[in-house]
Amino acid sequence: MTDALRETPLAAAHRALGARMVPFAGWSMPVQYEGLVAEHHAVRQRAGLFDVSHMGELELEGPEALAVIDELVTNDLRAAAIGQAVYTCCCDERGGTLDDLIVYKRGEERILVVCNASNREKISAHVARHAAGRAAFRDASDATALLALQGPRAFAVLDAVGTEPAPLGQALRPFRLCDARVAGVECVVARTGYTGEDGVELFCAWDRAAALWSALMEAGRPLGLAPAGLGARDTLRLEARLCLYGHELDEDTTPLEAGLAWVVKLGKPRFVGKDALAAAAAAPLRKQLVGFEVTGRGIARSGYPLQDSAGAVVGTCTSGSPSPTLGKNLGLGWVPPGLTAVGTRLQVDCRGKPVEAVVVPTPFYKRPRAG
Amino acid sequence: MSEVKDDRRYTKDHEWARREGSELVIGITQYAVEQLGDVTLVDLNVKPGSEVTAGATFGTVESVKTLSDLYAPVTGKVTRVNGELTNAPELVNDDPWGRGWMLAIEPADAGSYDTLLDAAAYGALTG
Repeated sequence: MTDALRETPLAAAHRALGARMVPFAGWSMPVQYEGLVAEHHAVRQRAGLFDVSHMGELELEGPEALAVIDELVTNDLRAAAIGQAVYTCCCDERGGTLDDLIVYKRGEERILVVCNASNREKISAHVARHAAGRAAFRDASDATALLALQGPRAFAVLDAVGTEPAPLGQALRPFRLCDARVAGVECVVARTGYTGEDGVELFCAWDRAAALWSALMEAGRPLGLAPAGLGARDTLRLEARLCLYGHELDEDTTPLEAGLAWVVKLGKPRFVGKDALAAAAAAPLRKQLVGFEVTGRGIARSGYPLQDSAGAVVGTCTSGSPSPTLGKNLGLGWVPPGLTAVGTRLQVDCRGKPVEAVVVPTPFYKRPRAG
Repeated sequence: MSEVKDDRRYTKDHEWARREGSELVIGITQYAVEQLGDVTLVDLNVKPGSEVTAGATFGTVESVKTLSDLYAPVTGKVTRVNGELTNAPELVNDDPWGRGWMLAIEPADAGSYDTLLDAAAYGALTG
C-alpha cells in the first residue's frame, strides 16, 4: 500500500492526546490513547468520546428518496417516522451482505445513510446508481465529521457543554435524531452507537469537528469523559454482540446467518436480495453465528479454526478478545446449525493448541436498565 | 521514551536477560510492554528442564489486541519459570523488569550473555 492514509479533522487533537495512530480502511485512526482497557471501562462506567469521521455519510433527497433506499435494504423503512434511525443490512441479489447501515429519516424527503468506511466507495456507487433519475444523491462523507459520545454520562456531558435545545436527553429517544447546536456547533444528534451503552452520535461539518471535540473534552473531563480509540470500540461492540463488517458480515454471508433475521423483512414487496433471502430462510442455514466463552487457557482471535469437542474443524472464529467488562475471553464464530445450543462444547484452535470453549447466550453484555 | 536498565542485556525482539549466579533471568522490556498494552495472557511452552535454543520461541504473550511470540535470548536449559504469571499476567505490565520475569535459563555457553545487546545498543534501537 503506497496510498497516503487519510486524516480526519481531529488528527492533531489525537496526537496531542498521545494517541497511537494505526491504518484503518485507508485512514489514520487512533487505536488507543491512555490504554484500551481504561478506555473501555470509561465508556461502560462514565463516558467516552470516539472520532468516527472515517465513516461514510450518503444523502438522498426528493419525493422518492425513501423508496430508493428502501429498495436497497433488508429492513422496512416505509413506516419509519421522521427523526427515526433504522439499523439494516444492504444485500446483493444473492443475499450476500454488501454492508450494514444506519438509515436516518431526517425528513419526509430527506435521508441520511451511514455506511462503513471500508465499504464507502461500493455503497456510494450502489446507492448513486439506484437513485439516478429518481432522487438527488450526494456522498457527503468528505464534508461530514462524526463523533460518538457513549456511556451512562453521555447526556450529562451534553448538558455540561451546552445544547440548544436543552436538555437533549429528555426529548431524544433511543434510535431517534434531531438537529441541535452542541457547544455552538450545528449538529445532527442521533441517539445511536456501537458500544452497547446509551449515548449519541454527533454529525457536524468537517471544519467544525475540532471545535466540537475540544469543547466536549473540556466540559466532559470533570465527569470522567475519556477519549476512546478503535481498540476499545472493538471490545465494546464485541461484548454487545454487534457485528463488524469484514468479520461477522461479508458478501458471502447473509444477514440470516449472522443472526440479523430481525432486520430482514421478507414481507416487503421488493428489495435487492429478497428472493435469495426468502429461499435461504426456508432452508437450513449453511452456517450460524454463535457467541462462545473460552473456558480453557487461551484467547480466541479472528480466523482461528473452531472444532467440535472431538477435535474436528467445524467453523471459524470471526472476532475474539478478552472482555474487559466480564473478565472472560469471548468470541464470535461460524458453526453448523447443530452446534448452536447454549452449553455446546467447542474447541478453539489457538495456533495449534486446542483450547476448550462453550457456547453462551449473547449479547455477552447487556447494560443495566437506567431507572 | 521508555526506560532501559543497564544491569542486563537485550535482544532486538525486546527480551531482557539478567545474570543471577550462573543463570540468566529472562523477561520482556518496558518498551515491549508499552507496545503490547494490557497483558492478559502469558503462555510459556517450556518448563524446568526444557531445552531452549537462541532465537526459538518459548511462549507467547497476549494483550487485549495482539499476540506476540517470546524468543529465547540464548541456548540452554530452563531452570525455573514464573508460575505467578499464570494467574497474574498483569505483573508483566506492572513490573516488567522485576516480578514480571518469565523464566530462568542455564546457558549452554556462559559467554552467550556477552553477545546480547547492551543497554546503549538496545536503547538506540527503541529510542
